[in-house]
Amino acid sequence: MKQKYVYALAAFLAVVGLSVFYYKWQVLDFPATRDQETSVWTIESSISFDSGPGSIKVNLLIPTLTPGFRMLNENSVSRGYGFSLNYGSGGREAQWAIRRADGPQTIYYRISVYEDPGVDQSDTTPPFPPPPVINEPFRTAVDVIVAEVNEHSADTASFTAELLRRMNDPSPDPNVQLLVANAATRAEFVDSLTTILASARIPARAVHGLELQARLRNAEPVTWLEIHDGDTWRFFDPMSGEESLPERFLVWWRGNEPLVSVEGGSNVQVTFSVQENHLDAVMIAETQAAQQGASIIDFSLYSLPIQTQAVYSVLLMIPIGALIMVVLRNMVGIDAFGTFMPVLIALAFRETKLFWGVVLFSVLVALGLSIRFLLERLRLLLVPRLSAVLIVVVMLMLLISLMSHRLGLETGLSVALFPMVIIAMTIERMSVVWEERGAADAMRAGFGSLVVAVIAYAAMGWPWLEHLIFTFPELLLVVLALVLLAGRYTGYRLLELSRFKALAGQ
Amino acid sequence: MMFANPGQLRQAGVLGVNERNAEFIMRLNPRRLYPRVDDKAITKELALQAGMAVPELYGIIGNQGEVKTFPDIVAERESFVVKPAQGSGGDGILVVTGRSQRKRDAFRLASGVLVSRGEIEHHLSNIVGGQYSLSGGRDKALIEYCVNFDPVFAELSYQGVPDVRVIVYRGYPAMAMVRLPTRASDGKANLHQGAVGAGVDMSLGQTLTGVLDNEVVDEHPDTGALVAGLQIPHWDFILETAARGFEVTELGYLGVDMVIDKDLGPMILEMNARPGLNIQIANGEGLAGRIACIDDIYDADAAPEQRARIARREFAAERQTSIDF
Repeated sequence: MKQKYVYALAAFLAVVGLSVFYYKWQVLDFPATRDQETSVWTIESSISFDSGPGSIKVNLLIPTLTPGFRMLNENSVSRGYGFSLNYGSGGREAQWAIRRADGPQTIYYRISVYEDPGVDQSDTTPPFPPPPVINEPFRTAVDVIVAEVNEHSADTASFTAELLRRMNDPSPDPNVQLLVANAATRAEFVDSLTTILASARIPARAVHGLELQARLRNAEPVTWLEIHDGDTWRFFDPMSGEESLPERFLVWWRGNEPLVSVEGGSNVQVTFSVQENHLDAVMIAETQAAQQGASIIDFSLYSLPIQTQAVYSVLLMIPIGALIMVVLRNMVGIDAFGTFMPVLIALAFRETKLFWGVVLFSVLVALGLSIRFLLERLRLLLVPRLSAVLIVVVMLMLLISLMSHRLGLETGLSVALFPMVIIAMTIERMSVVWEERGAADAMRAGFGSLVVAVIAYAAMGWPWLEHLIFTFPELLLVVLALVLLAGRYTGYRLLELSRFKALAGQ
Repeated sequence: MMFANPGQLRQAGVLGVNERNAEFIMRLNPRRLYPRVDDKAITKELALQAGMAVPELYGIIGNQGEVKTFPDIVAERESFVVKPAQGSGGDGILVVTGRSQRKRDAFRLASGVLVSRGEIEHHLSNIVGGQYSLSGGRDKALIEYCVNFDPVFAELSYQGVPDVRVIVYRGYPAMAMVRLPTRASDGKANLHQGAVGAGVDMSLGQTLTGVLDNEVVDEHPDTGALVAGLQIPHWDFILETAARGFEVTELGYLGVDMVIDKDLGPMILEMNARPGLNIQIANGEGLAGRIACIDDIYDADAAPEQRARIARREFAAERQTSIDF
């Protein structure tokens, strides 16, 4: 009956722990491995202009839908301006306004994005565009081109590709020549393309964006052609006709509206600069989760002060040590001093590193034991004797630290952090066992403690595991479930198989 | 081969530590009853009330101040035993078999070593300070009659006092062994200290083969005498007393340790709520089978004599040890 409760409770704990873990890992994108860094690009657009006599209003089109990228944060720097974000016909707009300003002005808008292939064009399907009103003689030229291209294409995409091929032909036919003659810039060229596509009832628009690089000053927005094939938006290079976007192309704004408009200012100039940073993936996941309003994040350890975090990164590994202790004692059957002393010894090894930890531990216990036996002759009472051992242990540590410093060994210094109470207790218990059950038993239990400590140290110091537990503390519920299950393990211990082997086969 | 196949051990009915703890000790031995066996002063008192034989108590030293009363307590005694009331596994027990002929202040231990009064008083201080106590807290030291053990075991023990351990399951004696001190065990009758354990045929009260450090042995390592085939005197009485231990302690999984005094017969030395499992090796048989058998025939109203009789009937040794060659 109790067995069932234990199984049910363990299953419940494991399910809760694992599902929270899975949610954080898969949905909130918390990294399961350590030191995962994500590139974050910060794009700064600065708008500079000369202020006019009256009030000033600045409108800047800013990224709305950015396929392949997710926004981490955005902000604006502008002295004295009122700032607001609006949705206009071309997407999001940042608006700054001020009653009066003197001299040249500069306003900054900054956005940080990181790559996320999961972000796609979640745009609505546009209606078929109305046939544009075009004046002659352009009208005839457009009609002829549309008719010809139509004959050489099968669907929207191939129509666009064919159109682009003709428009970019080094020796264009007269109709094309007529249309292209007016397009001085790439943006204007794309503009006339959208007009032709609209005549063919194909929804099309210009997209303007930046190719992100590690470090870029004065980045120029590049215009790309975007058409809708009835299902999705597709990107075309207006010059080569290739259907693709450049790598790391951040779409800034769409349509043929101007990027910036300044009322009451002149000499407007917009420049973009790009800077790549590497940020911890955990931080990005948290920011993102906070944006999505996931309340689970309020309980994240990363929200604690750094010093507290450092303490918990150690404390959270203790359950792992305890689990190992449970397995080694109840399933393997290793003899060790105290219930959790080996785990505490393992914690001490973190300070000294394994080799020196084992050496120092053995030396201190050996020296302490000999002193304990000297004290035994003085016939001291228990508690004073224990205290005397403790004091001697502290002095031994001091001596080792001083000596190793003289010899230029740094490790000796960290022995000071070795938990001396644990050493003193180990010495006392070991000496009692030594007297009562002989040296062999004492050595065996001492060696057992050391073995358990080393195994626990290896597990508790495993960086991947440490990161995993710290990022996903809910996994401790799984550890708890395992410990509960081990608590009902009634099978043989590994060492019992050798102990009772005389009884096998009877 | 270093390890046995767990399936084979299961087949042989071997009880493991985990199963013993989870299925028997935790289920049948409520923690509130532990003081009855963990504190030997209480055990002695309860056993006396139930009319069972125990070694006579000379005195109790309950605190540091009383240590100096030690010479008075033992003034009239030539031999005595000092033991911590809450000790475990025989730790902290001092057996004094006599005094130096020249100095009454020097005591001869079972090992033959002479120790001074001061050394014994220091040992008493350690006991009172809790060095041997299970919980590490304060403790009492008992000074009691030193058993003059029955010569039947003389051939089979190296100093010290051999004793009989009976495992009592729900009031029914389930398995027994004789624990024989060796030179290695320093006169103590504890298997993990190096004493030899000899299984006992429950129906006859005769010893079977022995076990030393988890290995089966046929001879006592120090005396060379054959372990098997020894008739334990007062066997009926021993089993009955052990069964009665259940009424005294109410512990469903109990180890009763008895000694046989030359003049006074079997006496309860101590009882144990977590008896060890080596008794299985000594008897060449697992406990699980006998426990299942007791569960089958369990009768809550059976008197101790009745339960002892059933144990004699049911648990005859499967292999008859032959010694007549």
